[in-house]
Amino acid sequence: MNVATLLDSLTVFVLAILLGFEVISKVPATLHTPLMSGTNSIHGIVLVGAIGLAATANNPLAGSLAFVAMAFAGANVVGGYLVTDRMLQMFRRRPTPTTDKAAK
Amino acid sequence: MNATDIGYLVHLAFIAGAALFVMGLHQMNSPATARTGNRVSATGMIIAVVAQLISVTQAGVGPVNWLIIVGGFVVGGGLGLRLARSVAMTAMPQLVSLFNAVGGGAAAVLALNDFIALDGHRVLSGGAPGLDGWRTFFILADVIVGSVTFTGSLVASAKLMGLIRGQPISIPGGRILSWLTVVVGISVSIVLVMAGSGTVSYDVSVLYTLLVVALICALVFGLLMVLPIGGADMPVVISLLNAFTGTAVSMAGFVVGNVILIVAGALVGASGAILTRLMANAMNRSIGNILVGGFGAGEGTQAAAAGTDGTIREVSVDDAAIQLAYASKVIIVPGYGLAVAQAQHGVRELADLLEARGIEVSYAIHPVAGRMPGHMNVLLAEANVPYPQLREMDEINPEFERTDVALVVGANDVTNPASRTDPASPIYGMPILDVDKARSVIVLKRSMGRGYAGIDNPLYLNPKTGMFFADAKKGLAELIGAIKAL
Repeated sequence: MNVATLLDSLTVFVLAILLGFEVISKVPATLHTPLMSGTNSIHGIVLVGAIGLAATANNPLAGSLAFVAMAFAGANVVGGYLVTDRMLQMFRRRPTPTTDKAAK
Repeated sequence: MNATDIGYLVHLAFIAGAALFVMGLHQMNSPATARTGNRVSATGMIIAVVAQLISVTQAGVGPVNWLIIVGGFVVGGGLGLRLARSVAMTAMPQLVSLFNAVGGGAAAVLALNDFIALDGHRVLSGGAPGLDGWRTFFILADVIVGSVTFTGSLVASAKLMGLIRGQPISIPGGRILSWLTVVVGISVSIVLVMAGSGTVSYDVSVLYTLLVVALICALVFGLLMVLPIGGADMPVVISLLNAFTGTAVSMAGFVVGNVILIVAGALVGASGAILTRLMANAMNRSIGNILVGGFGAGEGTQAAAAGTDGTIREVSVDDAAIQLAYASKVIIVPGYGLAVAQAQHGVRELADLLEARGIEVSYAIHPVAGRMPGHMNVLLAEANVPYPQLREMDEINPEFERTDVALVVGANDVTNPASRTDPASPIYGMPILDVDKARSVIVLKRSMGRGYAGIDNPLYLNPKTGMFFADAKKGLAELIGAIKAL
């Protein structure tokens, strides 16, 4: 790892953390559970790393590790996004028309 | 198009993916746009994954490697799909914990593999890929943080599922063992980083052994960290582990040199850190204090009837119904007891009934009303409560003074006025919902049992408080029946 790459990465890291603080502090408490499960799916991005690893695995140990990483990251991404979506569709301004209160 | 061009395009796709993550999170600032935001973020994920697949295909992927990629994804993704579809909303904390575990675990595996791929060799001459001090540092940071998250989250998840006791579990000598893993883990890491930078030189087999020692220390530390923490402290623990996962993923980005991992991990880390702080503030406890553990008695603990000095006033169903039915403003204060009794739908039905009589109804939600940040909001949203009625603590507290009836269902410590008045109380200083400022209060509760802090609640002795002793679900059904009969 040369110094230039390290410094570039560090710059990105620090700015991303500050950006994260800025964006996330605006999320209302009502949405904190979906926020957490949403950021959960975002850290499923390790899938990208896992693919890179699986593509270059050339011995049984690396292969097994890659398989584990793929499965973990796959569960993280697929499950995370779906469950967040399922939760967010429940947040409605008005309840579904089981009771008719719009006429009030 | 040559390989270099494709490389550039892949990099651009990663930047686009990272940008979509940020935009998606930004849209989470309102329930109206949050669902779109999640989809924007998912689009970013798809773009990044496709770009990576193109990138590796370009470099050439063997059939066995494809099998690993597709097979691993199908197994994991299928499991994720099943869990996401079937999980009950009350079980969200354990699912999120499980996703923290696999995310942290995957990140740790990436770093382990990187070490193995380089076979522990440091760079001997310029240009050859290998370990150097910094690379070793990030590998170890990733392995350690990822492994702590992995076992810690599994324990948290098992506690929430009730597979292991929710109460704080103290292992004899656990504290000493914890410190031992910290000291050994850090020492070994320092030696490895020195070896990576070429300051010291060891045989490859020694380096592997040291790496395994660091890994075991981290795994054990994760277990020991979460085991002694009580069930009711879970909102803080889950948030903290979420921040850890983000950090681990960022470190993995440094190791494999991928910018989108760094950005995504940093965003998650920031989110986890914010939520951890919010939750700890809402309990008025420092993060260190929670990690030391042993305070929360956990779920399902019903202390013996409180030795109360004053007199409590019991109300009948009919009295409570009349009070509610002729109020003009009612605030419902739900606690985790409501979720345990599965009474979310009952509470919504009652609110609908009151609203139909022209009564203004809202819900006061304390930040730690559930088992993870914002949990109670999701449970009520599932029961079809419209989100504009779900009000945060700071927003609703000034309204209690203008409220005729505050109906407390399954909440205890978060309504305890002793936190404002009694410096000797263990929860002194904890922000609470100012229920006692309402003109009258009805507390729906099974018995006089104490809350998780194990202390008496002077609210129950307040002359304007009426105690309605019943199971939350049954009690609400009785109330609904009584109001309908009026």
